[in-house]
Amino acid sequence: MAENYLPILVIFVLAAGFAFVSLIITHLVGPRVTNAVKMMPYESGVDQVGKTRIRFSIRFFLIALLFIIFDIEIVFLYPWAVVFKDFLSAGSFIFFEMVVFLAILAFGFIYVWRNGALEWE
Amino acid sequence: MDLLGFIIILVKVLVVFAATMITVMGMIYAERRVSAFMQGRLGPNRVGPKGLLQPIADGIKFFMKEDLIPSGADKPIFILAPAILLIPALMTFAVIPFGSSITIFGREIALQVADVNVGILYILALTSIGVYGIVLAGWSSNSKYSLLGGLRSSAQLISYELAMGLAVVSIILLAGSLRLNDIIADQQGYFLSWNVFKQPLAFIIFLVAVYAETNRLPFDLTEAEQELVGGYHTEYSSLKFAMFFLAEYANMITAAALTVTLFFGGWDVPLLDESSLGLLGAILSVLSFILKMAFFLFLFIWVRWTFPRFRYDQLMRLGWKVLLPLALVNIFLTGGYLTLTAMK
Repeated sequence: MAENYLPILVIFVLAAGFAFVSLIITHLVGPRVTNAVKMMPYESGVDQVGKTRIRFSIRFFLIALLFIIFDIEIVFLYPWAVVFKDFLSAGSFIFFEMVVFLAILAFGFIYVWRNGALEWE
Repeated sequence: MDLLGFIIILVKVLVVFAATMITVMGMIYAERRVSAFMQGRLGPNRVGPKGLLQPIADGIKFFMKEDLIPSGADKPIFILAPAILLIPALMTFAVIPFGSSITIFGREIALQVADVNVGILYILALTSIGVYGIVLAGWSSNSKYSLLGGLRSSAQLISYELAMGLAVVSIILLAGSLRLNDIIADQQGYFLSWNVFKQPLAFIIFLVAVYAETNRLPFDLTEAEQELVGGYHTEYSSLKFAMFFLAEYANMITAAALTVTLFFGGWDVPLLDESSLGLLGAILSVLSFILKMAFFLFLFIWVRWTFPRFRYDQLMRLGWKVLLPLALVNIFLTGGYLTLTAMK
């Protein structure tokens, strides 16, 4: 069983090696002429105005929170989907079980929707 | 695990890695050339025959460029971010079967790097790691454009990951397995048994989500050049920029391959039993996989010059208010259908 994962380890070593060799090469090759103005972050050719790490819209945070809820839902759905056909022979309980689960989530989804958490205007 | 087995693994890994790199180069060339033809231009045609060596010239040029780290940047994160994005992008292809199997030295070799029983989970997990690369690149650059690009991108990627994950659930319901080989076996035979005909709604949701996940037009808001300069990689130069580029194209290749595997029978040749033909069958299966994949790669370019870019609120509305409920309904319908047919 673990043997199946050996190729993944091999390809990880290869990909990581490629990435880090590229990172090292780019530090060694190429010209290097620096001055303070050149190193300034790009801001359409003018000096930087204010700090960069400013506060950002709460909506991004909300989206991240909602993502976690629905992602966990998907995590529950995957094992259910895998065994679905095997359990069908024992009756339709497995289907209605998930209908109840999805209904609870759909209720939460409608609540979020109606409260305007998905609006971007 | 004997020595020969390990050598076979090494060869397979190297072949897939090289094939990915060559496809990336071909895709970069095709992108510029096809785009040019669609706009009535010629595109790059000076370096090598028909400009075929242009990607190599671009690569060498990246080597010769100055590697800039902006002042105020979070140095370790700024340097590591491209690697965090690139490594998973190069690894995802490992679980995708690109052909049936061949027999050499009396042992059967599956044309797939790693046959794991959680194939789909592996792909979804690795694509999620890529989000870290983007958000860290945007945050560490100390540039406002990068920060905005990184934020937008991460919100977009996680939103469409939901729709994509849910669309795949209905495929798993049909196949009863997360293994990509089982999903292909489930679609074998007559080409009407391909999932695209059984699950058209899931296919449309998945395809739209894939364009958002790979940051392609009409969803390329992360690097919307008219407003965000370059998005999360505004401050990157030299090979680090090339790594972002490489990761983006590697992701497109994996996305095309995954679409083919999940919805178009993978390496299945329509109306043909590959296992009865031996080596010829294996070659045909690989060719069929490459052809299907090439079509979806072309579709990426085609769509790019056909649709205008979405606005950010439209993007979020489509993801959360259209695709997500549709995917849930699709799971309900698929499960209900399977239950009804089993009850009879």
